[in-house]
Amino acid sequence: MTDASRPAVQLLAVSKHFPDSVAPAVEHLTLAVPRGAVVALIGPSGCGKTTSLRLINRLIDPTSGHVEVDGRDTRQLDPIALRLGIGYVIQAVGLFPHRTIAQNIAVVPRALGWDRGRTRRRVSELAELVGLEQEQLGRFPDELSGGQQQRVGVARALAADPPILLMDEPFGAVDPVVRARLQQELLELQARVHKTIVLVTHDLDEALTVADRVALLDRGGRLAQYAEPDELLRAPAEEFVTEFLGPDRSLRRLALLTVDALQLRRGAAVAVGTSTHDARALLARDGGDWIGVLDDERFLGWVRGTALAGEGSVTEQGLEAPAALVGPRSTLRAAMDRIMTARTATAVVVDEGRFLGIVTLEDIRRALAERAG
Amino acid sequence: MSERNPLLRWDYVVAQRHTIIAAVIEHVQLTLLTVVLGLAVAGVLAAVALRWGRARPTIGAATAALYTIPSVAFFGLLVPSTGLTRTTALIPLVAYTLVVLVNAILDGLDQVPPAVDEAAEAIGLSPLRRLLGVRLPLAVPVIVSGLRVATVTTVGLVTLAAIVGQGGLGRLILDGLRRAFWTPLTIGALLSILLALVLDAAFVLLERRIAPWSVRRPASRAGAA
Ligand SMILES: Nc1ncnc2c1ncn2[C@@H]1O[C@H](COP(=O)(O)OP(=O)(O)OP(=O)(O)O)[C@@H](O)[C@H]1O
Ligand SMILES: [Mg+2]
Repeated sequence: MTDASRPAVQLLAVSKHFPDSVAPAVEHLTLAVPRGAVVALIGPSGCGKTTSLRLINRLIDPTSGHVEVDGRDTRQLDPIALRLGIGYVIQAVGLFPHRTIAQNIAVVPRALGWDRGRTRRRVSELAELVGLEQEQLGRFPDELSGGQQQRVGVARALAADPPILLMDEPFGAVDPVVRARLQQELLELQARVHKTIVLVTHDLDEALTVADRVALLDRGGRLAQYAEPDELLRAPAEEFVTEFLGPDRSLRRLALLTVDALQLRRGAAVAVGTSTHDARALLARDGGDWIGVLDDERFLGWVRGTALAGEGSVTEQGLEAPAALVGPRSTLRAAMDRIMTARTATAVVVDEGRFLGIVTLEDIRRALAERAG
Repeated sequence: MSERNPLLRWDYVVAQRHTIIAAVIEHVQLTLLTVVLGLAVAGVLAAVALRWGRARPTIGAATAALYTIPSVAFFGLLVPSTGLTRTTALIPLVAYTLVVLVNAILDGLDQVPPAVDEAAEAIGLSPLRRLLGVRLPLAVPVIVSGLRVATVTTVGLVTLAAIVGQGGLGRLILDGLRRAFWTPLTIGALLSILLALVLDAAFVLLERRIAPWSVRRPASRAGAA
């Protein structure tokens, strides 16, 4: 049943018309969610994101078209059993106020008839996983902060270890700082649990950061584009997408791409002990004013070309420390920021002290342009 | 005359203590029986209103109409068919509780935050589990408030059931009125007021304990998420 190549969730020409409204909430939506992927549904308010999510676990049935979960038409499945097998985080969190945190997390295991011991072990495991203190398990939801409540909502959805997780703006109700942290934690969590996640958001940055693929919906639930984040930014499929992404698409791409995705240049760099004659020759070929000095793989610093006059060899003395250092996992945006803050032309890329190469603003500009080609 | 027939004659109270105690017990029994039966009937009516939404206004109107029947008339009208029995007392008493209790149940269920029920549905709880495990427990504080009003009202109405030969303390009052002898009248009146106050206080205590989740204050809103 768990054929890895088959999408975990598939919507096939799904439309949903609510009886009392003129426009369809979702129109002819076809979308395949690959197993183990995080897919973000994004779009303006009222465009049918929540409706699409509710169609997946049969909280509502489509007017036409059909939905497959694990290759099976959901209309052939018992809705309660289907829902118990899919984690769901609703838009408004919706914790049970009369139940403790532990009881909230244990709801689905209990409905599935797990015994007490197994349930208790699972609850404490989940608390750990989503970053809740064990002593909070005995509290009531009202006693927790908004961010903590969101974690409980996620833990409740994960309780019975469902392979699929549906999340409706799971971090909508918290401030941007907490939200950024929860997004990061979701990525870390996903690296451990490998779920298929459909996440609804109206925060473009959230979609771009957490998702493997982004589905951008237009009003009326029309799928405008379904692509990987970088592709979406690089090649918007239509006017609506371009408009939705805003005027700073390139800046957003900078925040997405990392330094190790660039073809790193070694630049003008010599080993300590190289003759000044050879160093001058290298610098002349490179055309710059500064030359990097390495000790084995370690970057020691810069020396100015004018300091290389006469005969002798390049020493460790009188080197200027690199003003801009970045790691290979830094975003291009961070690299650019480093370069500009240090008022230099070049950032040095080091990985745990090991010299990998250099990045200039021109490299970054070219990377964006190349990928646009 | 007021020398020999004061408002309260302690010697009479002492001599009649067994009758008085029996009247209190009967009064309490009739009150509790009324409220328990009322809750059961209200539960059924509320279930019907929930299941068939269109029945709801009708049920609301019918229970409100029952409440407007004058009590003496209601008790009296039943005597030809059910006689001077406890049943004759219970039918109007139970009927009067319905308007309060049906509304308390429905209002209690209505005030459950929609997000909570929505979440319960989304994670896969069956309709029955959602009702019994989520909506009803959250409705309990409102239902208990309804029970409090119904109970206190019933304590008063039970005294009127004396006219059909029931009614606990009401019979003392009626006896005092018939004989123009004030002591049983005073005792009956005082004890029924006291009973209403005691039961009311008991409900206040119950209300405080019944929803520990809403009494506790949030520990810290600020700080770590
Ligand atoms: N139960 C319903 N009955 C009638 N219309 C509905 C219902 N649920 C949603 N709609 C309508 O369908 C459209 C899509 O709603 P939906 O909740 O899916 O939007 P959304 O993208 O999740 O919006 P938001 O970002 O505000 O959460 C809206 O126009 C909404 O009014
Ligand atoms: Mg929504």
